[in-house]
Amino acid sequence: MGWQKKVLRVDLTKGSCEPEPLNMDWAAAYLGERGLATKYLWENMDPKADPMGPDNVLIFATGPLTGTMASTSGRYAVITKGPLTGAIACSNSGGKFGAELKFAGYDLLIIQGVASEPVYLHIVDEQVEIVPAGELWGKTVWETEEWIKAKHQNPLLKVASIGVAGERGVRFACIINDLHRAAGRSGVGAVMGSKNLKAVAVYGTIGVTVDDPKRFMAVVRETHALLAENDGRKELTELGTNAMIDSMQAFGSLPTRNFHEVQFEGVSKINPEAMEKVTPGGHRNLLANKACFGCTIACGRIAHIDETHFTIVNRPKYRHASGGLEYETAYAFGPLLGIDDIDALTFASFLMNEHGMDPISFGGTLASAMELYEMGVITDKDTDGVALKFGNAEALTVMAEKTGKYEGFGQVLGLGSKLLCEKYGHPELSMTVKGQEFAGYDSRALQGMGLGFATSNRGACHLKHDVFTQDMEDQTGQGKAKPCKDSQDLISMVDSTGLCLFTMAAWGVEEFQQQIDAACAGDWTVERLLEIGERVWNLERLFNLRAGLTAADDSLPKRLLEVPAPSGTAKGQVAELDIMLPEYYQLRGWTPEGVPSSETLDRLQLQG
Amino acid sequence: MQKSLLIDPAKCTSCLQCEMACSFEHEGVFNPAKSRIKVFEFEHGLRAIPYTCTQCAEAWCMQACPVEAITKNLATGAMEVNEATCVGCKVCTIACPFGTINYNQSTGKVIKCDLCGGDPECAKACPTGAITYVDADWTGYGRMEAWAVKTHAEATAGPGG
Amino acid sequence: MDYVILGAGPAGVIAAETLRKADPAGSVTVVGDEPEPPYSRMAIPYLLIEDIGEDGTYLRHGEGHYADLGIEVRRDRATAVSPAERTVALAGGASLSYDRLLIATGSRAAVPPIPGMDLPGVETCWTLEDARKIAARMHPGARVVLMGAGFIGCIVLQALAARRLEVTVVEMAERMLPRMMDETGGEMIARWCEGQGVAVRTGAEVTGIEAAGDGLRLSLASGEALEVELVICATGVRPNIGFLDASGVALDAGVLVDHHLATNVDGVYAAGDVAQGPDFSTGGQAIHAIQPTAAEHGRIAALNMAGQRTHYRGSLAMNVLNTLGLVSSSFGLWMGADGGQRAVAVDAAGFKYLRLEFQDDVLVGALALGLTRHVGVIRGLIQTRIRLGPWKERLIADPHGIMAAYLECAPGGAARG
Repeated sequence: MGWQKKVLRVDLTKGSCEPEPLNMDWAAAYLGERGLATKYLWENMDPKADPMGPDNVLIFATGPLTGTMASTSGRYAVITKGPLTGAIACSNSGGKFGAELKFAGYDLLIIQGVASEPVYLHIVDEQVEIVPAGELWGKTVWETEEWIKAKHQNPLLKVASIGVAGERGVRFACIINDLHRAAGRSGVGAVMGSKNLKAVAVYGTIGVTVDDPKRFMAVVRETHALLAENDGRKELTELGTNAMIDSMQAFGSLPTRNFHEVQFEGVSKINPEAMEKVTPGGHRNLLANKACFGCTIACGRIAHIDETHFTIVNRPKYRHASGGLEYETAYAFGPLLGIDDIDALTFASFLMNEHGMDPISFGGTLASAMELYEMGVITDKDTDGVALKFGNAEALTVMAEKTGKYEGFGQVLGLGSKLLCEKYGHPELSMTVKGQEFAGYDSRALQGMGLGFATSNRGACHLKHDVFTQDMEDQTGQGKAKPCKDSQDLISMVDSTGLCLFTMAAWGVEEFQQQIDAACAGDWTVERLLEIGERVWNLERLFNLRAGLTAADDSLPKRLLEVPAPSGTAKGQVAELDIMLPEYYQLRGWTPEGVPSSETLDRLQLQG
Repeated sequence: MQKSLLIDPAKCTSCLQCEMACSFEHEGVFNPAKSRIKVFEFEHGLRAIPYTCTQCAEAWCMQACPVEAITKNLATGAMEVNEATCVGCKVCTIACPFGTINYNQSTGKVIKCDLCGGDPECAKACPTGAITYVDADWTGYGRMEAWAVKTHAEATAGPGG
Repeated sequence: MDYVILGAGPAGVIAAETLRKADPAGSVTVVGDEPEPPYSRMAIPYLLIEDIGEDGTYLRHGEGHYADLGIEVRRDRATAVSPAERTVALAGGASLSYDRLLIATGSRAAVPPIPGMDLPGVETCWTLEDARKIAARMHPGARVVLMGAGFIGCIVLQALAARRLEVTVVEMAERMLPRMMDETGGEMIARWCEGQGVAVRTGAEVTGIEAAGDGLRLSLASGEALEVELVICATGVRPNIGFLDASGVALDAGVLVDHHLATNVDGVYAAGDVAQGPDFSTGGQAIHAIQPTAAEHGRIAALNMAGQRTHYRGSLAMNVLNTLGLVSSSFGLWMGADGGQRAVAVDAAGFKYLRLEFQDDVLVGALALGLTRHVGVIRGLIQTRIRLGPWKERLIADPHGIMAAYLECAPGGAARG
């Protein structure tokens, strides 16, 4: 148990919805969620397929611990081929949708083909219907959720949907569930849009059981207690992820103005303290902290915008609370664009959720456009008259809305920074790996993180490796390959459980092992779980290689490799990828060309 | 001394650990749809309100039951549903003005909070202290009780009264 | 003090128990004319499904429950009441004296004046005896006509379907459940039934029944004939008030009672299905033949009989019904109030329907199909006359915000931290 042992396969071309038994051999080898869905993707599509075409496959995947009392059990992953990167996309989300899909009886929802007209899926346990969504096409994520709940007269439906950005193929469109939780990266929302699938709405009453309930509950009591006592957990609860912004500022690893700088003078206006500060007018940005399903951390911020702020002074419909600033959004709209207006950042964050876009990639793309504008490569004629200057808060909010609605220059921003910079003849200004924009950690100060960015299977991404501790202790590239590889494998496993990475503040591999072993039939050792993590990583790599990616794609932008950090603890340094990468390939058991060796594939049972 | 569930919505993060604990205790499965306590979320998640039976003195459900399937546990003060006796007529579900006794389609019986026999799992599972189990005469308790009185059959005048 | 209670249904039994508590020294006698211990007609459908045995229908399960409380339960039937002598004449020949009398004689099944209603195999569905006769003919595959698609008809339908009978529903009105559902709801329930293999004929009238071989032949006004093995008549009930004709107790459709459940005659009270008492919604007097009203009536009548003057704010018409798995409920002025406003959500394909009726900013009635979660809050909102303020408009936009409205508006409710 743990698993529901059932997959729901929806073929939008045929209009069919069929349950099928979960392949338990694959579950034994890939666990669930990220890993298991990667295996299903690998077996169900040609990695060379056009990510926006009918042959791409979109998988919503829960893990064996999703929907259990294990803390943070609300996670699910969306696995597909990403249009932003041309690589495997693996976007993880929380909220309540994933657990609901599990409660409805499914481990995985596999979507293939293309609907002939806009549709959404309505799932209540075994009852599954493909419903025409003509009326919904063009609506925002927020309107869509409300509309579907009202239509089916079921306020308990959980909805994952796309906005116009996803419908129109904005390359960093995401899938939003529960109004402000996102399967955010790599353009998974655009894939959903390309399939004419507006939303998935699910309500489940079947529930989840575990293999050894008594032992599971005993383990869970202990793991809950470990989290409760942990200082890292306390910081996440009290300050949210944006606590990171002060650390990155202090360390000099806070990418600022498209990575020209690594520290931002306006940090104190957008950090957690600023979110809690009461203005002379009596406004406080932060209202509450909320949890995803099953989460005893509750890092989520619920915030609102000052009613007198220019963004909403004439737009009363935004005078409500919604998901507030997380670190990556604060970074991508703040330092990266040189903007210190917390209300503008919060509003733009609302717009990302309302229209279904990834704030990291949007911020990164706008940063490159701002640099092009300041260079004079693009002008007011290109930008609908908006001065795309670093620091211009109005440019942020106007462009966020234009991109979300796919209007004017928003259509160009919707290409993502790689294609946008290529379009204007300056590919070097795109701060991306494999076409995906960076999260808020500068690789010149955080060398191991840089290696992780370069080698992440979904492009520049901060969530697939964790070398912070080693990077903070030593700012060279020496010895970073091993912690990078080990953390990639560990995280690949954790991402396959149905739990959240943030528990790793308090839990080591043993805590995950105990919970999995109690929940799932079979003998689950630490070694077996770590091997699963490594297997998942290598299978993602095989997908990318077959999709046409090569070692040349395991790189960093020139600005990080050649332009020294201008300030901070790593002042004068560049990213030492040349030192780290060969060692990394060797540790992975890959050839110098970055291809898993035959022995490695044998060891991980990935041959054939 | 009898104890009651005390709910402080301001502390609720809407994690639903309570719903899982409740369904696990009563149904042996993690299944919020079968939980006797329900967290209602409003305003993009800003407000979350855990909600369940207060074991009100009027015991509307118990009074309305035609077959004596609901009885009071004198040790805990909880109104308890005897599943073997309940025929599933659902009269209690419309009689309870709080909506805290509900029909369970899969068993054909009604379900409600029974305080887990005096050791409520929801309170134990709540990570933030939004749900606690305290002495019934605790000074803050009784807000819903007050409303129960207002709903009481003979406590208010008739139309125009 | 001698208390006599006529009728051993829920109102009578609850009154007897309340009297025992309120006046430990009084003598309490309950007169019922059925042979079984006091039982609930609500439970009969579940007996027919065989979910429970006959003892599962009993109002009280404790061995010696009534004797232990010093309540005498007497099998007999009242034939007349003499207020001047304060006596009740019983069919068995005895006469009972009372200081306080409660009329809780309930109702009986009404049978339409059609030829053949007395044939074997044509049964009403009201008493345990009726249930036994029906059960004896409930063979899988047997053909049955259910006359009347009201509350009782629909609840029996569940049992007939569960026992795999081939069912045809014949209802004179143009829709199913004409007294607890509007056209939209009635149509949805009919369509639901048809989807479950039940033939539904609304606007149809049975004109006669005759024996035909081993079975029965029904003639319809349309000229058609139906061959069946069983006819169940569920065309309504009538209050048992005939024995009061000469008593001087004021009668209308039922026994008229005031806000203390007292009749016009000193010392005589009425409760339950027989009582035509204060209607919470209209301020008039109405019969609400439902379990919660019987329980409230019985308790409050007893308190007044024992000298504890207790005001009754009136009964709220409400019903909940499971028609072959489709749960419906109705509350108060579901048909709407003069000058009021309405909120409606219809999902015909999904068999979901919610209709709310407001007067000013107060909820006064509701209909719901396919709603089972927290449905009781509708009663709470109606009966506390909570002012909904801005929530009314929000409910008109989406009636399913009812729980949010409730949590926000209930004074001192759980919503306020």
